[in-house]
Amino acid sequence: MSSRKSKSNNLIHAECLSQQVQRILRERFCHQSSHSNLFGVQVQYKHLIELLKRTAIHGESNSVLIIGPRGSGKTMLVNHALKELMQIEEVNENVLQVHLNGLLQINDKIALKEITRQLNLENVVDDKVFGSFAENLSFLLEALKKVSKSSSCPVIFIDEFDLFAHHNQTLLYTLFDISQAAQTPVAVIGLTCRLDILELLEKRVKSRFSHRQIHLMNSFGFPQYLKIFKEQLSLPAEFPDKLFAEKWNENIQCLSEDRSIREVLQKHFNVSKNLRSLHMLLMLALNRVTSSHPFMTAADLMEASQLCSMDSKANIVHGLSVLEICLIIAMKHLNDIYEEEPFNFQMVYNEFQKFVQRKAHSIYNFEKPVVMKAFEHLQQLELIKPMERTSLNAQKEYQLMKLLLDNTQIMNALQKYPNCPTDVRQWATSSLSWL
Amino acid sequence: MMAAARRQTYVMRPIYVGGTGELVGDVTRRQPGGGTTSFGAKFSFLHLLLAVLSEASALPVAFGLVVILVAVRRGVQLGQFRVAAAPGAPEAEAGGSRGLAPSLRKLRSPDSEPYSKKRARVQWCVRFCEVPVRKQHLLGRKPAAQEIFWYDYPACDGNINAEAIIGPVRVVALAPDEAIPVDLKNEKTLFMKLSWNEKKFRPLSPELLANLDKLRESSPRCQKPVGTKTRSIESLPWTTAEQVVRSIESRHSASKSCQTPTHSVTPRARKRLELNSLPRTPDSSTSRQNACASLGSPGRTKRKVAFSEVTSPCKRPQPDELQTSSPALKSPCTKDNKKCSPECHMTLRTRVPVLKATEITEHKTLSPISGGRKSLVVSDVVLKPENIKKRKVEEPEAQNEATSTPHRVNRKSSTLALNRIRQQLQFLGNNKNEQEEEEFLPAAEISDSSREEEEVSTPPFSRAHSSVPRSRCSSMKSSFQTPSKTPKKTPKRRTPCQVTPQIRSRSLAAQEPASALEEARLRLHVSAVPESLPCREREFQDIYNFVESKLLDRTGGCMYISGVPGTGKTATVHEVTRCLQQAAQANDVPPFQYVEVNGMKLTEPHQVYVQILQKLTGQKATANHAAQLLAKRFCTRGSPQETTVLLVDELDLLWTQKQDVMYNLFDWPTHKEARLVVLTIANTMDLPERIMMNRVASRLGLTRMSFQPYTHSQLQQILMSRLKHVKVFEDDAIQLVARKVAALSGDARRCLDICRRATEICELSPQKPDSPGLVTVAHLMEAVDEMFSSSYITAIKNSSVLEQGFLRAILAEFRRTGLEEATFQQVYSQHVVLCRMEGLPYPTMSETMAVCSRLGSCRLLLVEPSRNDLLLRVRLNVSQDDVLYALKEE
Repeated sequence: MSSRKSKSNNLIHAECLSQQVQRILRERFCHQSSHSNLFGVQVQYKHLIELLKRTAIHGESNSVLIIGPRGSGKTMLVNHALKELMQIEEVNENVLQVHLNGLLQINDKIALKEITRQLNLENVVDDKVFGSFAENLSFLLEALKKVSKSSSCPVIFIDEFDLFAHHNQTLLYTLFDISQAAQTPVAVIGLTCRLDILELLEKRVKSRFSHRQIHLMNSFGFPQYLKIFKEQLSLPAEFPDKLFAEKWNENIQCLSEDRSIREVLQKHFNVSKNLRSLHMLLMLALNRVTSSHPFMTAADLMEASQLCSMDSKANIVHGLSVLEICLIIAMKHLNDIYEEEPFNFQMVYNEFQKFVQRKAHSIYNFEKPVVMKAFEHLQQLELIKPMERTSLNAQKEYQLMKLLLDNTQIMNALQKYPNCPTDVRQWATSSLSWL
Repeated sequence: MMAAARRQTYVMRPIYVGGTGELVGDVTRRQPGGGTTSFGAKFSFLHLLLAVLSEASALPVAFGLVVILVAVRRGVQLGQFRVAAAPGAPEAEAGGSRGLAPSLRKLRSPDSEPYSKKRARVQWCVRFCEVPVRKQHLLGRKPAAQEIFWYDYPACDGNINAEAIIGPVRVVALAPDEAIPVDLKNEKTLFMKLSWNEKKFRPLSPELLANLDKLRESSPRCQKPVGTKTRSIESLPWTTAEQVVRSIESRHSASKSCQTPTHSVTPRARKRLELNSLPRTPDSSTSRQNACASLGSPGRTKRKVAFSEVTSPCKRPQPDELQTSSPALKSPCTKDNKKCSPECHMTLRTRVPVLKATEITEHKTLSPISGGRKSLVVSDVVLKPENIKKRKVEEPEAQNEATSTPHRVNRKSSTLALNRIRQQLQFLGNNKNEQEEEEFLPAAEISDSSREEEEVSTPPFSRAHSSVPRSRCSSMKSSFQTPSKTPKKTPKRRTPCQVTPQIRSRSLAAQEPASALEEARLRLHVSAVPESLPCREREFQDIYNFVESKLLDRTGGCMYISGVPGTGKTATVHEVTRCLQQAAQANDVPPFQYVEVNGMKLTEPHQVYVQILQKLTGQKATANHAAQLLAKRFCTRGSPQETTVLLVDELDLLWTQKQDVMYNLFDWPTHKEARLVVLTIANTMDLPERIMMNRVASRLGLTRMSFQPYTHSQLQQILMSRLKHVKVFEDDAIQLVARKVAALSGDARRCLDICRRATEICELSPQKPDSPGLVTVAHLMEAVDEMFSSSYITAIKNSSVLEQGFLRAILAEFRRTGLEEATFQQVYSQHVVLCRMEGLPYPTMSETMAVCSRLGSCRLLLVEPSRNDLLLRVRLNVSQDDVLYALKEE
């Protein structure tokens, strides 16, 4: 009796533990928490920190661009720097943070309003209703015009900086001009993934930009990647159940030394150095951890890796009907014959008819409308794409199409296609097999 | 009495009011002879309205959507709460009509014109149902049945036709902590607890509360019959609903209304004109004339113009005369949703401000319902003890004063009345005499009228402008604001122009530079203002001479300055104006006004007019109007005494399809009277030839100057001059950076930025103990590399294996086809082959696609949108050699 009770208690305990593990690790993977360490960007970090410090403490205006591919930790760098700086009291009291995002503030007008809002300027005039864009701009300029170093310094972070570099770069010009003029000290920090960002800037905007660039390039090798993998999966020391945490971490250590795991990681690393894709992989593996399966195994990771690298179109093909597969094969043959020239439904239908009449044993000779329906379904799945836009009066049968599947993809998909009739399979390998 | 024959009353007895605005009641028309005609017993709202209107065809009442109106031809008293039809609501932006209970601020009608209309100034209140539905939740509670809200929305037209006023209701203002009485003894009593400004509900301000309370309190004391006066009602087109209010003197001087002038309650504390305490400057008088002019042209002005000239916090009482009209008429009224009857009334008493100059204290009285009415006067609301307590201390005192000095008030008010007559006459008279006459009017008069204007939301701009006589417009001085200054905005919106927004000041002062490096960095910052501008002496002299000669000759002219960014164009012009301003102070050159606009800091080319006008005169106007004003200013004879120097930075952004902005800018100086010097700055040397039409380019003239990029020796000199007193750079290092930048762009900003960065690098780099701590060539090279080296190669080097493979595949495909472009499908097949060769696992299509879009997102590749899938075309954004180089390094 007591043993059963303790067993159930254990079960509850285990469940609780695995839930906690899930929570901690998911938080780590999904949020860009600034708890995690920075990898290989110490130089850049120092540069940014110094720059922000000078703005905050000495009132020196600065502008800098942080450039790096997606997932290279630009935002994380900024968050880290801010977190550290905000612990310094004089920085904390002097800095006004403004965060803009090119995807949220889609034009300068909205961005200006957002800046005004985040600088708490609207309080100055007690509920002012902002009028026109022009009014807004002059309002902000007025606010920032103070010729002294006695005002606090707005630090303006512009995410997706490239989206602000459109044809009329009033906002950027304004911000950079302030940073180059003896006005309120500001720091403009742009984050972008485009390497050609400077070419996007208009020449006078470019001249006003200080040309400081901080590049984040994921410049780490595989050993470091492995270390990151370990660090990301390890449970923190604060984990309530020390024993479990120890066991878990030991397991992770084992995993990192496992050869198959290394292979998986190496493959993943080859595809992308992006830490987000690693998080994706780990998240998929983590989902398999339950109370009955408390520790991550190599199999979990391998499966996750497979999921990650799966070809999405091949997956779609697996779900097609035999008729649709036949149509795709017909298209493939057409592509072979006519060297990638576009085809229309009638051609595909004729090819299919040929196959059905001469070779097929298992395929029922479908009516033309049925085949048309299947063809349209393929179009909906975007496995085939019309060459030009569909016009209403054009006949559907004669609209030119292109196949969006590669030959190798088709063949690979067919091999895995469940219950594929042999005659179809044969037909796929050679268009002349019926001869 | 001409209108006596037409005197009729419409009496509507509400029977019930349906929720949807359907109103059932009967309307009785009483004819002067005593006969009555009944209209019928049941009407829908619209029927009723139509019936009333068809019967009384002369009813100039706006079709406010909510409130039913009954024609009232009785004197209405100031400060009374009355139900009125909502004004035709041109500012329908308020969403829904605001109907209920305007407290009458002023009722005026032009005296000398018996057939003109009467206008009333009202304070609107709204019922809960009139608050926009999506904002109703802001109240946070259920509204009481008879609750109304003070409508604190400046844009709402407070000036309505007097005919729209239906009758008095009683309004009880409640302090925020008071509860709305549930047991309503009188259904016609409305309770007001909060104010509504289209954004949120707010408790009534203490002053307002006190005012209202006082009004209530004082009403029994000063109830008196109001003299009658005949007049006829002229039906007006709806557009005139916003016509100018004219103050009028009641003819019945015997009536007590003259002795107890009333003034309106100001709901908002507004800054007021204070002309009394000011010396009569020509400026202020001109503005007053403008004011009068705008007042005097009812046909033209759409509404009143807000004045915001010299402001003083002092609240001024508004002496006002009661205008009374028709005799005993009974006019009960109903509104659609609530029953409220006009029987109860309330007296408004204004706060008693202390006049600085005249010390008039006045209070407003409530006026009573005329005697002919069936004794409907309901006893006044008893003041609640809380309200009394809350009242400001000075107000009771002022009240006492007012009551104890009736004679003085009387005298004052009569002089005011006199002035009013004069003003009235003046309005009606020709405008030419206005200026002289205006001078004699007591200031209070003007302030009174202008105050009134101010309280009404400002008019659409163009109309306001048109009301200003042209001749005056030209004589406007920059120091004051003309009526045209008020743009189409609510007064509230205007505030930001008066308040200078400021970023919160820092709590800790900026640290002073501690070391030589920091000092140098400070001096090297582009924002640091150098003592002199080295290497631009010739250009400086040219511009200086140009502007100076124009100043001395009292003529105008244009100059076009071109040069690549960072060559000191703007800095030089700034320096020139600085020197000229100094010279002007020393009386070497005539004084001038300097205005600077930047094309890049404008949202739209036409905004340049707005900016120039604002900087010249402080006025705000719409672009079109500003252009007119400026044209007037520059193109009419006898305008400004001072020359204006206008700097237009980034001229090319002022390009429009019609080029009207540029045309105007260059056309103004050509006028003889303009005395405008336009200095324009742009980057391209041939801008006039490239983008300007001939007529524009010709007006720009041939005074050109181009700033050549700095040579390396000039850059060196600039750096040296900035670092004159601090020794932190090796001489070689300065020379190196000067040569580097001169070779690249000749941009001085770059040069300074590189040096600044180099000092940082130097600071951070480990110092050898014996080194002098100078910035060396190595530091500078590092800085230059950081700023100018292309990041593509490092990006390729640091990309993943598959990404590099994909780039190889692209190169291979390019080589195969001989084209610089390939489809994804082609590259993919190459990629698969390459992977097989290198022993990498087979890359799936999805993976490769992800690789491709990653490379595209950082612009190593130029790719089409990915909806093209296999067919998307791929190009390299880097040269093939660079890619090869980067890939080979491994």
